[in-house]
Amino acid sequence: MQKVKIPVTRIEGHGLITIKLDDDGKVAEARFHVTEVRGFERFCRGRSFWEMPGITARICGICPVSHLLCSAKAGDAILAVKVPDAAHKLRRLMNLGQIVQSHALSFFHLSSPDLLMGWDADPAVRNVFGLMEKYPSLARDGIELRAYGQRVIELLGGRRIHPAWAVPGGVERPLDEERRNQIKRDLPKAKRIVQDAISLFQENLPRWEEELETFGNFPSLFMSLVAADGTWEHYAGRIRFVDSERKVVADGLDPAKYYEYIAEAVEPWSFLKFPYFKEYGYPEGIYRVGPLARLNTCDRMGTPLADEALEHFRSLSGGKAATSSFLYHYARLIEILASLERIEAFMEDPELLSPRVRAQAGVNELEGVGVHEAPRGTLFHHYKVDENGLVKWLNLIVSTGHNNLAMNKTVQQIAAHYLEGKNLTEGLLNRLEGGIRAYDPCLSCSVHAAGRMPLTVKLCAADGSLLDEVKRP
Amino acid sequence: MITLKLNGREVRAQEGQTILEVAREHGVRIPTLCYLEGLSPRGSCRLCLVEVRNWGGKLVPACATQVEEGMDVVTHNERINRIRRLVLEMLFVERNHICAFCVSSGHCELQDLAVELGMDHVTLPYRYPGLAMDLSHEDYGIDHNRCVLCGRCVRACSEVEGAFTWGFQGRGIQIQVAPDLGGPWGDSETCTSCGKCVQACPTGALFEKGVGTAAQTKRPEVILEVTERRPRV
Repeated sequence: MQKVKIPVTRIEGHGLITIKLDDDGKVAEARFHVTEVRGFERFCRGRSFWEMPGITARICGICPVSHLLCSAKAGDAILAVKVPDAAHKLRRLMNLGQIVQSHALSFFHLSSPDLLMGWDADPAVRNVFGLMEKYPSLARDGIELRAYGQRVIELLGGRRIHPAWAVPGGVERPLDEERRNQIKRDLPKAKRIVQDAISLFQENLPRWEEELETFGNFPSLFMSLVAADGTWEHYAGRIRFVDSERKVVADGLDPAKYYEYIAEAVEPWSFLKFPYFKEYGYPEGIYRVGPLARLNTCDRMGTPLADEALEHFRSLSGGKAATSSFLYHYARLIEILASLERIEAFMEDPELLSPRVRAQAGVNELEGVGVHEAPRGTLFHHYKVDENGLVKWLNLIVSTGHNNLAMNKTVQQIAAHYLEGKNLTEGLLNRLEGGIRAYDPCLSCSVHAAGRMPLTVKLCAADGSLLDEVKRP
Repeated sequence: MITLKLNGREVRAQEGQTILEVAREHGVRIPTLCYLEGLSPRGSCRLCLVEVRNWGGKLVPACATQVEEGMDVVTHNERINRIRRLVLEMLFVERNHICAFCVSSGHCELQDLAVELGMDHVTLPYRYPGLAMDLSHEDYGIDHNRCVLCGRCVRACSEVEGAFTWGFQGRGIQIQVAPDLGGPWGDSETCTSCGKCVQACPTGALFEKGVGTAAQTKRPEVILEVTERRPRV
């Protein structure tokens, strides 16, 4: 048996892929290992739940807002008071800004070089700088779109990264008219950018037939929050699972009782746990989360332009669930559009400017679960506190973690399709990376770990001996 | 009147004034931490150390040393700066000062000192003691991880409020501030919940419950204001 290990770049965190070959030199097994460990679930014990939004926001520099909001929601549950509607709306607005900026980063900065320049293009130009050379207006658009999302966050929270603005009970400060108008001002341009990107993606789809087939195209469950009426949801709602036929497997599940339907398996070769749908067992209970899942679970986006795009998206899989992880990219663009449309709708809501944005209370419940949709998928923060509000126990299930099984399966599929012989070719490496990148995984978040994101790929023979190894710094 | 030299310049001072007071009058900034106007000086943090040239270069705390005739004081030179920075580093490594999510980030005297003294990293190993938080008080909390043992809370409580709730317990590296004869704070029978200790605290060690990251602002000057407003007998 032989084994390959490959490092992955342009994702957030560290990773390692190993490919094991059987005696015939065929791919026997491919694994995506997450090799970082951080330990937030340990060292947050003994801290005050009031400061958990600030601490957990530091899990990640890309999605601090996701942890901030989720942690504040877990804190809301501990206060057990009614959070003012305006605070919920402002948090929603910030989360929409977060979805825009994070998705724009993933699509334009990280993935579009692969998509537009091709997998076999020279790595020296297959990056955002090469993109600027060849597609300057697209690169500029991407930067501007991300900046818009960042600005929404900054105008609300006072800073782009790690704003300590959401707190248990609401948010620290209200939004004034001037800042609201600033959010409004640049909306049309942002919308135009994402609409162009959607057209570009649709035009290019025929080019990517092979990728659609092999980049994680397999049946699985899909999980996300959906609104009470089945509309796409990112902040509240209930959990829904659908299967690859888009048949609802479970619906209306209480997100605070995630442990009743999600379990986590541990494998000795990865620091990232493997969540699965309990009822189906491990690993049959494989499910995916994030943009692809949210578009598969929801009945509609709930805004006109995004619904139009959803219709096209659905038509690709004949109305069934989109099962190719390559379509995460497309789903991301549609979600940016949906987010911008929702921001637009908020601009006319006078309650957004309400000065009542925080409910004050002490510890009224000893346990709280916060759940919302981070850009990469459903995020759970679960805290248990003592009478004074000191955290005694916590569990974080982070979006990338849910996709762990799916990422492994994707790696396996790509390796089986593209591996030729006993060497790691550039084309294979690029596709393995691209397959992982489709999930826009945040390994820092998933293991709550720090660092750059080099991926190592190792190719090993049936006896375990190393045949080839590639490291990407 | 007393005449002394401050950084080579002849200055006049009143008898009984401290070096710190005279320096401030003459626009010379000396970093301080345990010193707070309105409280008795303690001279324990050693950040205000100055050199007295005609005492053989002896280092003395400016906040607790009275001026003398003919004294030749230097407030800043390479040696003093190095020692102040080292003292500050020791304060940082002794406990767990993590600005990133601290309630007082942006409003913290320890953080400001690091900026003032150019301490962008530490050269000493961190101790990482496992210290607890006490949130048992209804309105306030204490995080010993962020305490620098300046004792401003202890003095504010005894000298200004007269409650004598806060004191020190333990010895050496184990020392901690403690309410009454040891926590939890919420069980204290002497605490009046006046909050002066919180206002006097230079870091995020004492804070108002419910504040999030960087949200805790303080008014340590309230200690002087309160004492000055008192009727003199």
